[in-house]
Amino acid sequence: MVSRSGVPMEAEIVERLQESESVFTLRLRLLDEQQRHNYRFEPGQFNMVYLHGVGEVAISIVSDESNRHLLNHTIRAVGRVTRGLEQMQKGDVIGLRGPFGRGWPMEQARGRDIVIITGGVGCAPVVSALAHINRRRKHFGRVAIVEGVRHRRDLIYPDRFARWQRMDDTQILLCTSEPSAPWPWHTDRVTEHLGKMDIDPSGALVLLCGPEGMMISAARVLQELGIDESSIWLSMERNMQCGEGFCGHCQIGSYFVCRDGPVFNWTEIRELLAVKGI
Amino acid sequence: MGNGDDPQFLPLTQLERLLRSLRDAGYDCIGPQLKDGAILYQSLESIHDLPHGLSDLQSPGSYRLTENQGGRLFDWANGPSSLKPLIFPPHENLWRANKGSDGGIEFSSYTPDIAPLAVLGVRACDLAAMERMDHHFLRPEKQDPWYRKRRESLLLIVVNCSHPSDNCFCTSTGTGPESRSGYDLRLHELDDGFLIDAATDRGEEILQKLELSPAAQQMVEEAKEELERAATVQGQAVAVDDFRPIFSGREDDPIWERIAERCLGCGNCTAVCPTCFCHREEKIPTLSLDSSTHQRVWDSCFTAEHSMLHGQPVRREIRERYRQWLTHKLAGWHDQFGESGCVGCGRCITWCPVGINLVAESAAFAVPEEGVE
Amino acid sequence: MGKPRISVHKFSSCDGCQLAFFNLGEDLITLAGQVEIVHFAEAGMVAPEAEVKVAFVEGSISTPDDLERIEGIRERSELLITIGACATSGGIQALRNMRGNGWRESLYASPEFIQTLDYSTPISAHVRVDLELWGCPISSEQILHVVSDLLRGVVPSASDETLCQSCKRSGAVCTLVSAGRPCMGPVTRAGCGAVCPRFGRDCYGCTGPVSILNTSSMVHCFEGLGLLPDEVEQRFRMIHSATPQFRKLEESNG
Repeated sequence: MVSRSGVPMEAEIVERLQESESVFTLRLRLLDEQQRHNYRFEPGQFNMVYLHGVGEVAISIVSDESNRHLLNHTIRAVGRVTRGLEQMQKGDVIGLRGPFGRGWPMEQARGRDIVIITGGVGCAPVVSALAHINRRRKHFGRVAIVEGVRHRRDLIYPDRFARWQRMDDTQILLCTSEPSAPWPWHTDRVTEHLGKMDIDPSGALVLLCGPEGMMISAARVLQELGIDESSIWLSMERNMQCGEGFCGHCQIGSYFVCRDGPVFNWTEIRELLAVKGI
Repeated sequence: MGNGDDPQFLPLTQLERLLRSLRDAGYDCIGPQLKDGAILYQSLESIHDLPHGLSDLQSPGSYRLTENQGGRLFDWANGPSSLKPLIFPPHENLWRANKGSDGGIEFSSYTPDIAPLAVLGVRACDLAAMERMDHHFLRPEKQDPWYRKRRESLLLIVVNCSHPSDNCFCTSTGTGPESRSGYDLRLHELDDGFLIDAATDRGEEILQKLELSPAAQQMVEEAKEELERAATVQGQAVAVDDFRPIFSGREDDPIWERIAERCLGCGNCTAVCPTCFCHREEKIPTLSLDSSTHQRVWDSCFTAEHSMLHGQPVRREIRERYRQWLTHKLAGWHDQFGESGCVGCGRCITWCPVGINLVAESAAFAVPEEGVE
Repeated sequence: MGKPRISVHKFSSCDGCQLAFFNLGEDLITLAGQVEIVHFAEAGMVAPEAEVKVAFVEGSISTPDDLERIEGIRERSELLITIGACATSGGIQALRNMRGNGWRESLYASPEFIQTLDYSTPISAHVRVDLELWGCPISSEQILHVVSDLLRGVVPSASDETLCQSCKRSGAVCTLVSAGRPCMGPVTRAGCGAVCPRFGRDCYGCTGPVSILNTSSMVHCFEGLGLLPDEVEQRFRMIHSATPQFRKLEESNG
């Protein structure tokens, strides 16, 4: 029998990157060698990130591009804990509990065309999935990445996008609602551009993350394009405090998002998403 | 009485000895006592502190004690508190984070420091509720160590319920009024003593220390009749055990709005519910910049903070919060744990300041809407 | 980084909330070492014009002088936190808001010496407020919560759950249900530690309304307990008579 994960692990900030005005990335190294050695996560899982004397917040895990002993957290400074984390600098120590939750269905995705649709800072949960695909590029079909942001300046990870652009058989559609955006930007919502994806809808598997409204309309358009609804996966956000299905805050319907998700199949959650305030 | 060996008889005069035997075996003892106008579990020094000749009158939104003519000690249904605070206290320290001079953080876990605790006067409904809490906090793949420590410290002495209140409905939930399993010792109160049996080795050890006589057939018959009466006298019953088919697709039913007109959104129902497990995790505020203690605190799906996401609650309205509570309790619980989250104790009805009745409200969904003429 | 500078300002109030600082006991000594208290007249530091990280403001805007002073304090502070009922909803002195003009003449022998505004209003009616601490008075615990966060550079949050939640956690028996007392707990914000119900007394709402509440159901509940309409009204017209959530009473009473 496994006990609750209990106390956080110490993690040192190796580097702090400012991604946009309010978004930053912490590159982290677990201080304890044993913990660092044992730590494994799946794309789409999250950690509870702890700021000393303040509290914890659930943040999805982003794999580090250059060092497999590091893990990254990309954080938008919006709440009490995240605004505090924003002030942390290289060398500071924070706490991590995790990894928690069910990640993306990477095994099911093998051999298929992959569609990745994100909005806002929503793209953080798919970065590890893309890294996974990139490392095993020939095991996957074509990849289409559709990213929507409000303004161009909200786009984070420009270097990563540039690298994904260079991946074989990979198409990137960047969308903004900002008028008169220059090339290569498309104006309008992501849903307006899904028809341009160069993939085979009959076999494609979709990873969705971002605001719920965007995911709902994207799922509708994807089905119109001929993608089977059971091939659509999405990453949900709810208030998470324990991360292990005990505290009850993240419930949506019968699911504990922290334990049964955060990644769900569209068929598991479509009815719930349709209800306001559930 | 239920299964197991034939019950024995514990004369009333021997009850004090039961208490002493528990103490001799190393248990702290708590039992029901009159306090602040209610029957509460308190540290029990003597059986003379038990609520002698007291009954409770419960109705939606009201709880009063009354003296009865009999001299029994357990002639009441239940008080405001279940076993919940004993296994899942309102505040529980989880871990501490000490900042070192090198900038590192040393994390250490708290372990509840508790002596073995014997609870006298547990009700069948509360025992059933605790088993449901077990299914949440002691999942096969992951266990909550704080809960487990407290849970394992308990010795449970149930007293079958012969006096259900008007708000009780444990017959319909199949959780009472008789306890059939999960206890260490079981009592059934008669006028001059108790039928007693043990279901565990720990209970049996205590039993061995008492001077018991075999129970007369007439006593067993009397107990059986009392339990039958307690089961049939309950004035209300949940429409079904599993509300999933009934609530399905009814998220915007006007019934929710009608309930929300009365619901205060105060969350008293969740606090008194013996199976509500929601808690938030927070630090204990301190001016010390070096050390920080993190605890869990009872929370409620009726607070704004409960569903807070990006600075806004997902469930903004009382309607949505009540819907979350009731559908989780009666329907979602079946998906999560394969059973209902309700054990029929009636506390949410009694301790709701405006007397919203879970049984009546859920039944409104179960009856077909009357046709519009 | 130097110690954060804080100030404590008093407007129309009884000084009781400032006592929450003194009542911190040992923590006050710790606090004095962690922050620089530049203005706190009751404690002897006087520099009302100083620029600060956080200004704690007690009292309502009730006089022409109050009106003038608050603007400057806002300009000179990074964060402005109101402490107590007066600063947060107008306080008990806002009872006069209901009477209109003429109360001065009916109370004082020489009303010409009384310089007050017609209405007592919360600080937020005049300047931007970053956080409101409700209570009459606020508790030292509330101060601890806020300062503990400020010291870590985090914007503090305030409680927004019903008093019933903290009452139940304390193990108190509900006085409304067990004794029929008209307890305001179900519409009142937690923060005081449920001090009244823990001693068998019904809450009178001194910590103000919780963010989502059902005033009309509370009114009907009190009526059901036998309170007459003016008795019900008095429950809501005590400390926070001017707060919009409790003013909805007129609608509830029909």
